[in-house]
Amino acid sequence: MTGAATFPRWAWVPFGLTLVLLAVPLTALVVRAPWGRMGELLLSDRARDALALSLGTCAATTVIVLVLGVPTALVLARSSGRWAAVARTLVTVPMVLPPVVAGLALLTALGRRGLVGSTLSALGIEIGFTTAAVVVAQTFVALPFLVVSLEGALRSAGTSYERAAARLGASPSHVFRRVTVPLALPAVASGTALAFARALGEFGATLTFAGSLQGVTRTVPLEIYLLRESDTELALALAVVLLGVAAGIVFLAVRVGRRRA
Amino acid sequence: MPVLAALTASIVLAGCAPADDGPLVFAASSLADVLPAFAPGARYSFDGSAGLVDQLNSGAPADVFASADRRTMDRAVALGLIDGDPVGFASNRLVIAVADGNPAGITGFDESLNSGRLVMCAPEVPCGALADELATDAGLTLSPVSEETKVTDVLGKVESGEADAGLVYATDAAGSVAVDTLEIPGAADAPNTYWVAVVRGAGQPDAARVYVDSLTGQWQDDLAAAGFGPP
Repeated sequence: MTGAATFPRWAWVPFGLTLVLLAVPLTALVVRAPWGRMGELLLSDRARDALALSLGTCAATTVIVLVLGVPTALVLARSSGRWAAVARTLVTVPMVLPPVVAGLALLTALGRRGLVGSTLSALGIEIGFTTAAVVVAQTFVALPFLVVSLEGALRSAGTSYERAAARLGASPSHVFRRVTVPLALPAVASGTALAFARALGEFGATLTFAGSLQGVTRTVPLEIYLLRESDTELALALAVVLLGVAAGIVFLAVRVGRRRA
Repeated sequence: MPVLAALTASIVLAGCAPADDGPLVFAASSLADVLPAFAPGARYSFDGSAGLVDQLNSGAPADVFASADRRTMDRAVALGLIDGDPVGFASNRLVIAVADGNPAGITGFDESLNSGRLVMCAPEVPCGALADELATDAGLTLSPVSEETKVTDVLGKVESGEADAGLVYATDAAGSVAVDTLEIPGAADAPNTYWVAVVRGAGQPDAARVYVDSLTGQWQDDLAAAGFGPP
């Protein structure tokens, strides 16, 4: 027996409009895609270079996001007070910043004449225009997605199991490994998936900070931007791949995220 | 209620007929430093020529289109975006812009470009197609660290010191105090030409035609003074 709807019936109207607004452009992309030549297009040099680069950089980004993000989320979830609020704001800001601003920020920090970059440059380390710059840009925009979603989950999960384990004599690191992380695994998984998807779609910060060169810094979104006019078919083929991967990841993230509820 | 009606009407009218604003000009980014000075009444959108064709093809409401080479204008014509025949109104040549003081010791259009960080346009945009052509003529294989979609992005990366050298238009380099310029032998014999045309379905066709006529007529001296060559 399903209960009576707990929302006014008119809500169906904006609900329907939302679906139309979001579904129509995505459907158009899928309909217009050159399905007959898909294999041939995606096996071309340019497509393969872009796909391999995107996959590789996003994998590297995801590892960094996990290593840095999980402990960061834990510290934030178990802290309160002014400094925690400041840190929380700092961690959230890259999520809402226009990506091109993120790129400019990275450039002024890590560019050759940047705050940190000029010192690195003197030591012979130059990040700009390298694949490493792509990973830095992706990490900058993706890390907050894991931290923010995981922090919320950790906070609402509470600390009773952790305290019990501590009373039984487990060290803080042991509690982290054997209690906190296993309990938060669904949230870690969904946060990681969202961070990966965000890294995959990264465009503005990469273009501004890393430049655009086939096989080195030109990820799938940058290649789509360059090709959208000169080779629309290849651009559409790559766009559909990106859409498919993003949809799959978000679907998984939502399912895994649900399981803990 | 009448107030509301009047307000609505004025908003609707304002949205449909911005007649006092002058023509909306879509122009190659290498023209960004000069065109607004000629006709401050016009409204401008500067971008890479190829990107502008893409926007026009998607229905962007422009009155005038000015491209940085013939190839891109031809594509706009082939797509049915142009009203009448395009006219050439200027030319330009590629030069090497090096970071202030030339720290990487670039000696000219030779292998020294590959020893530093070189940035140029992607072959899909006019400045990149021209650079490829010049390199082929010189028997030179360039290995840039980045290929940008518009010439101003190339210049920006040299100005900021991120790149050691960039291939840009002579007028762009001349307009920047943060870069030094090296000439490319033979570049003047292989110029890019600028073409302008009225956009099909322009909201202000008359203003657009006046603009095009001025560009090929009374503004020619100003273009020359800004370093552009004859069409």
